[in-house]
Amino acid sequence: MHIMEGFLPASHAIGWYAVSAPFVVAGAVRLRSVLRDKPEARMTLAAAGAFAFVLSALKIPSVTGSCSHPTGTGLGAIVFGPAVMSVLGVIVLLFQAVLMAHGGLTTLGANAFAMAIVGPWVAWGVWKLAGRMGLRFAVAVFLAASLGNLATYICTTLQLALAYPDPVSGFMGAAMKFGSIFALTQVPLAVAEGLLTVVVIEALSGKTRDSDRIAALAGEAR
Amino acid sequence: MSRRSVWMLLGVALIIIVPLVMGGEFGGADAEVAALIEAREGFAPWFTPIWEPPSGEVASLMFALQAALGALVIGYVVGRRHGRREGLRGKDGTTPPTV
Repeated sequence: MHIMEGFLPASHAIGWYAVSAPFVVAGAVRLRSVLRDKPEARMTLAAAGAFAFVLSALKIPSVTGSCSHPTGTGLGAIVFGPAVMSVLGVIVLLFQAVLMAHGGLTTLGANAFAMAIVGPWVAWGVWKLAGRMGLRFAVAVFLAASLGNLATYICTTLQLALAYPDPVSGFMGAAMKFGSIFALTQVPLAVAEGLLTVVVIEALSGKTRDSDRIAALAGEAR
Repeated sequence: MSRRSVWMLLGVALIIIVPLVMGGEFGGADAEVAALIEAREGFAPWFTPIWEPPSGEVASLMFALQAALGALVIGYVVGRRHGRREGLRGKDGTTPPTV
């Protein structure tokens, strides 16, 4: 879900642009250094962007009787770290805002913060934590991608609640109200995204030991 | 494809099929939230999309295009890596790491 065009007050729209901009600039710098230092990673980078492209195009029915879509930003965050995905995520958001009237240009900053920054950072954090806890590879990838997906939607919910607090129950009330629509819908989709991320990482890295997969994709092992 | 991947893809299929069997209207969750906001007194979006797909058909064309482009790239990368490993394996008999 992206916040629709014109749905955030101008002050919020500008504020989110300002918050997101440094992350995207840092991401662009990081992206350049990945391309320069690890030319072998170029293919994986293209695939990570493409994965976000595919997944955010799929509107999937959920148990609540409504549809939503995954984000696909966890894969790139796991392999390259979260910064790179801020750039790739913004490209996806721009495509959808301009060609599909899905999301918007005024809300691009806010949507980028949710999908291209918070989601990837959470995915990366969970991935690192899971590694430290010694969880199995597939479990770690699954958790990282699923929780990254959920984090994106929680962020969107809070952004909307901040812009439109409930007249009676305030920010928390609005967050609960918007969240009740998203949360249940999104849980099965987050699971689907987690599973698909493991499948695609496996397909991209081929017949390799689990412990070598990410290093191979990141262009670190030869 | 590993057995693990096959099971996980079956799981994804199940996640999509179960809601369809349970039934529902399956509108967008984002549209539901938008309706909540639009119902507020005095709300009007202050900016409208610069271009909108003229119909649901054209919108679905755009979504299909987006998915197809992404799938094309992923398929290309998977195929290229696979082919490269196969090619290298032929020469020295060992499986090299992914490149």
